[in-house]
Amino acid sequence: MTVDVRTDPAPASVAPRRPTRRRSAKPRLTRIGLSVLSVALGILVWDLVSRNYTAFFLPSPMLTWQGAVDLIRDGTLWDSITASSTRILTGWALGVVIGVPVGLLMGCIPWLRLMLDPYIQFFRFVPPIAFVTLAIIWLGPGEASKVALIFYTTVFIVALNTLAGVLAVDDLRLRAARALGASPLRTLVSVVLPSTVPHVVTGARLAMGNSFLTIVSAEIVAAQSGLGSLIWTARNYAKTEWVFVGILALGLLGYLFDWILRTVTRTTLRRYGVTF
Amino acid sequence: MTPHGTRTAAPTGRSSSTGRGGAPVSLREVDIRFGDFDAVRGATLDIAAGEFVCLLGPSGCGKSTLLNAVAGFVTPAGGEVTCGNAPVTGPDVSRGVVFQSAEALFPWLTVRQNVSFGPRMRRMPKAQRAAVEDRYLAMVGLSHSADKFPSQLSGGMRQRAQLARVLANEPSVVLMDEPFGALDAQTRLVMQVELDRIWRDTGATILFVTHDIGEAILLSDRIVTMTAGPAAAIKNVYPCDLPRPRDLTDPASAALFRQLREDIGEEVARTLRAQGLDDGHDGRSTGDQKGAGR
Repeated sequence: MTVDVRTDPAPASVAPRRPTRRRSAKPRLTRIGLSVLSVALGILVWDLVSRNYTAFFLPSPMLTWQGAVDLIRDGTLWDSITASSTRILTGWALGVVIGVPVGLLMGCIPWLRLMLDPYIQFFRFVPPIAFVTLAIIWLGPGEASKVALIFYTTVFIVALNTLAGVLAVDDLRLRAARALGASPLRTLVSVVLPSTVPHVVTGARLAMGNSFLTIVSAEIVAAQSGLGSLIWTARNYAKTEWVFVGILALGLLGYLFDWILRTVTRTTLRRYGVTF
Repeated sequence: MTPHGTRTAAPTGRSSSTGRGGAPVSLREVDIRFGDFDAVRGATLDIAAGEFVCLLGPSGCGKSTLLNAVAGFVTPAGGEVTCGNAPVTGPDVSRGVVFQSAEALFPWLTVRQNVSFGPRMRRMPKAQRAAVEDRYLAMVGLSHSADKFPSQLSGGMRQRAQLARVLANEPSVVLMDEPFGALDAQTRLVMQVELDRIWRDTGATILFVTHDIGEAILLSDRIVTMTAGPAAAIKNVYPCDLPRPRDLTDPASAALFRQLREDIGEEVARTLRAQGLDDGHDGRSTGDQKGAGR
């Protein structure tokens, strides 16, 4: 029983740092190939269906492409994209910056959570679109009203996700931190916050999606620029293909933003357990 | 080797090469309640500075609860816990805790950063911290894995990391809550030998919770058994002054093992009866089950 062994039975194969779903080159090609094929089929179906209708009712892919070229040439598309993107990014970034500390504080201070809870339960069911009119009355038709609406939609989602993250922190870690001499404030910063990172990132991604929903409604009601405004004014010129261009631009922009967010968080926040 | 309830003299002549040595721990008539549930009643125990005491008992008997009271995680409803003659009012760096689950490690920090956590919280200058990290990483044999993340370590290595993280604060008391309970038998044996050495190196007082009788005999100066909860109490205190390193197959160890198995077996049988399960155990067959009730 008095074996003198100095080391562990060495783990022959140490588990990989984090199980990643890294695919080898060939399945990856197949995956991309399938996506491309699917998109090509979709465009084909669109084209076939559009032959049965007028260009006003359903413009063909070719006509839509021409509309896009026109809008790119006169700079409208680029201006619309930058206008919408700026509003989304400003409101979203503000929402994340404010939402995270609010969620953290709500998670750590029970009376604050109880006080804010009725408001959260109430406003959860009031979509940002319902506030478009109020935002314009209060903040004017300029940038502030749009940014405020994006902020509203983001701050709730991020705060609630952060709160859920705080409440899910393993009590063991909190006890360990306290026994190691961490004050409540330092526990919050050094243990609770890092533990909630995956929740925060999920909240930020969801909020990004909702920001796109919000911005279009806001721009349709009151804006001289932006993708929502582009889609709405196309009606005045009976240019249905511009509506399609606006919709395609929204979808691609959202996809791009989410991809950037995912890639950046996955590479920089990996150690906190962000793996998607 | 008869059980008795009085304190034994502090082990003498142990020099501490690192750390600041041990502090005495004392529990006086400690009652612990969770709402209506009576977890521990009237626990009294004195642990001398630098002593290694095992709390041994079946699962659910309140031994972890008692350890949590010494750690300051749980406030007793009655009685008093003191450490180094100061009353325990909450967690403190002088009382380090090693948990059974390696989830207690911070997964976003490397092993070195985990070990550095306590010193960092105490605002130790960076240069000084590096020396502390190196010393305790070496003490637990993790120098080569300093820059790995906990998820890259084996179960045994994670518990070494937890121990190093606690020792980096140079606690006078180390509280260990079934730290090797989740490890395989071979790794556990290695860790027991290592802990025995580390305890002697640091001179800290150790309160160690386990349900493994062999583990208790290999490590302890005294072994404390508890009655089954609810309203658990300290049952017997067994001095364990066999020469170290210990061998479970030597006659004195074997005799103590049988005695403890009977002692604990009674409690397991009582719990089973309370649950309405007619056990058919006489205490001999249950006490040495490694994972009893877990």
